[in-house]
Amino acid sequence: MSRIAACFAELRAHRRPALLPFVTAGDPDLKSSAALLRALATAGADLIEIGVPFSDPSAEGPTIQRASERALQNGVTLRQVLQLVAELRAQIEVPLILMGYANPFHALGSERFADACAEAGVDGVICSDLPPEEGSALYGALESRGVDGILLAAPTTTPERLAMLMRETRGFLYCVSRTGVTGARTALAAGIEAQVRRARALGDIPLCVGFGVSNEAQAVEVGRFADGVVVGSALIERIEAAHTPAEAVTSASQFVAELSQALTGR
Amino acid sequence: MSAAQDAAVPGRFGPFGGRYVAETLIAALDELEAARLEIVPSEAFQRELDELLATYAGRPTPLYHARRLSEALGIKRVYLKREDLAHTGAHKINNVLGQALLARHMGKRRVTAETGAGQHGVATATACALLGLECEIFMGEEDLKRQAPNVFRMELLGAKLHAVRCGSRTLKDAINEALRDWVSEVRTTHYCIGSVMGPHPYPTLVRDFQRVIGVEAREQILSKEGSLPDLLLACVGGGSNAIGLFHPFIEDAGVRMIGVEPGGEGLDTARHGATITRGAPGIFHGQRTLVLADAEGQILPAHSLSAGLDYPGVGPEHAWLEKSGRAEYRVATDAEAISAFTYLTRLEGILPALESAHAVAALRKLAPELSADTLVVLNLSGRGDKDAPLLHDILNRRSDRRGQTESVLA
Repeated sequence: MSRIAACFAELRAHRRPALLPFVTAGDPDLKSSAALLRALATAGADLIEIGVPFSDPSAEGPTIQRASERALQNGVTLRQVLQLVAELRAQIEVPLILMGYANPFHALGSERFADACAEAGVDGVICSDLPPEEGSALYGALESRGVDGILLAAPTTTPERLAMLMRETRGFLYCVSRTGVTGARTALAAGIEAQVRRARALGDIPLCVGFGVSNEAQAVEVGRFADGVVVGSALIERIEAAHTPAEAVTSASQFVAELSQALTGR
Repeated sequence: MSAAQDAAVPGRFGPFGGRYVAETLIAALDELEAARLEIVPSEAFQRELDELLATYAGRPTPLYHARRLSEALGIKRVYLKREDLAHTGAHKINNVLGQALLARHMGKRRVTAETGAGQHGVATATACALLGLECEIFMGEEDLKRQAPNVFRMELLGAKLHAVRCGSRTLKDAINEALRDWVSEVRTTHYCIGSVMGPHPYPTLVRDFQRVIGVEAREQILSKEGSLPDLLLACVGGGSNAIGLFHPFIEDAGVRMIGVEPGGEGLDTARHGATITRGAPGIFHGQRTLVLADAEGQILPAHSLSAGLDYPGVGPEHAWLEKSGRAEYRVATDAEAISAFTYLTRLEGILPALESAHAVAALRKLAPELSADTLVVLNLSGRGDKDAPLLHDILNRRSDRRGQTESVLA
């Protein structure tokens, strides 16, 4: 069983949803990223999504765009992100998932990237602009090395396509809550619960919801019907608002601790 | 061959093309593909589009025998396909009339577009004004500052402008922002891409709306000369005017096709936009094509003095035409394009768009290798009035440097 599958199995046994914070590697800097990811794991993250910076992040709202720009200004590369995971893998147990865009993965090459993921201890990969029809080389290479290729579903996804995505995804299905880009929102998208229930009827794979989940109340609401809650932009806003890297780590992990407590009802 | 590949796998041009987009857009691309296959070929749509092209856009555009240019180049027959005479001053109108009409047939009331220099933005705003559609244009903040007259034209036409403040704040970022907007407003919006690029079906859809250039040129040259041309030339940024001219000739093996990329400040510098000549396969803006990127797969900014060619990718069908050997791609630098601009202006009384001047520059370089009997068709994709202020500044600067007060155009 993959680390991601084991994580969800354990959470299901305890009847509680997973908390998946998203942060961009190298924001505010690569050294702080290691400290930040360790702190998030300690604070109650059940899985962690690590954003791989890209020059043209067309699925992101302004907050994650800025994080990606800061990381690129710091000269962060995919190889460094993989090294970061390798370093963390020895220290923390939570599943680590890379989330990024096709071109940097493609530049390394599907086979080499998959090898590097397996070697570093990456548990899953989410590629925002690589639907399964275009991604057989990458997703196949990942699968053969035991790394989960995680697909996304959107509110516009047809029922037939949703069934295909449920079959093709590995680890979990990432349900995008709204037609739009990433970013903190004041209200949850209407219809996300119905979408998750439609997917639920099609299979047993865990369903995580992201895009626009920004506070405890929203996380708790999503946690009632989904297996996992992704919080990205709202977390990055805290990192952005901090005056020092150390403050960014404290502030972000405090927020994750609050979300975790709300979700577990502790 | 391209046509066979195309028929076999829709949206694939050899190893290029595809649909590399966020899941949210898949349904919209499916809807657009269905409309492309069902609405576009329908008699009603074709009649409406033909009528607009003829009575509104000014088609067919003339095929002009440029005798003084021919004489200067030592080639008897150089013909210019006069897309500069189309409404709004360039070939862009062919595509936007088709897409705006399609948007209306699809029940989409809101049309968006990206623009670099503003030409595609102006064309889109024009088509939307004509058809009574809402129009919103995404333009990089840097470009907004540089292209004030076109910004005003778009506003006059009723379009709402969005200044794009992310990334390099130029065309590629305007496309990113237009994609983000489309993801958010996908149910009500048609995104009117300006070139033969992006996810399938755009490269095919836009090509088919631009094919009218080559279809007309073919009839015109056969009627004037009784034979097919030996050589076609067109500039390539995204590549829509070039594919429009080339496509109806692809199966004619004797017709040589040359696309001309922007060499910017030179290929030995980092400041160029020669994607085919210097790029590598990559995934960008929804397509697999040739791109300018660093070793880590980060997209690099392109550079060309001509904003219409200033793009770090290229339409996937061009990538395939090059790979399959059917077309050749060459480069003209900023300096060569400026020189060709004044050259054509003085010889023929035609101000070419700086983009089109790249094709003229390439023909000048190539002419000594060509026999005097070569029958050439060069796509004059747009008019150069929009570039006059930029040329004025550049030529005045040169003149200042040389301490001259007289013109340095010669």
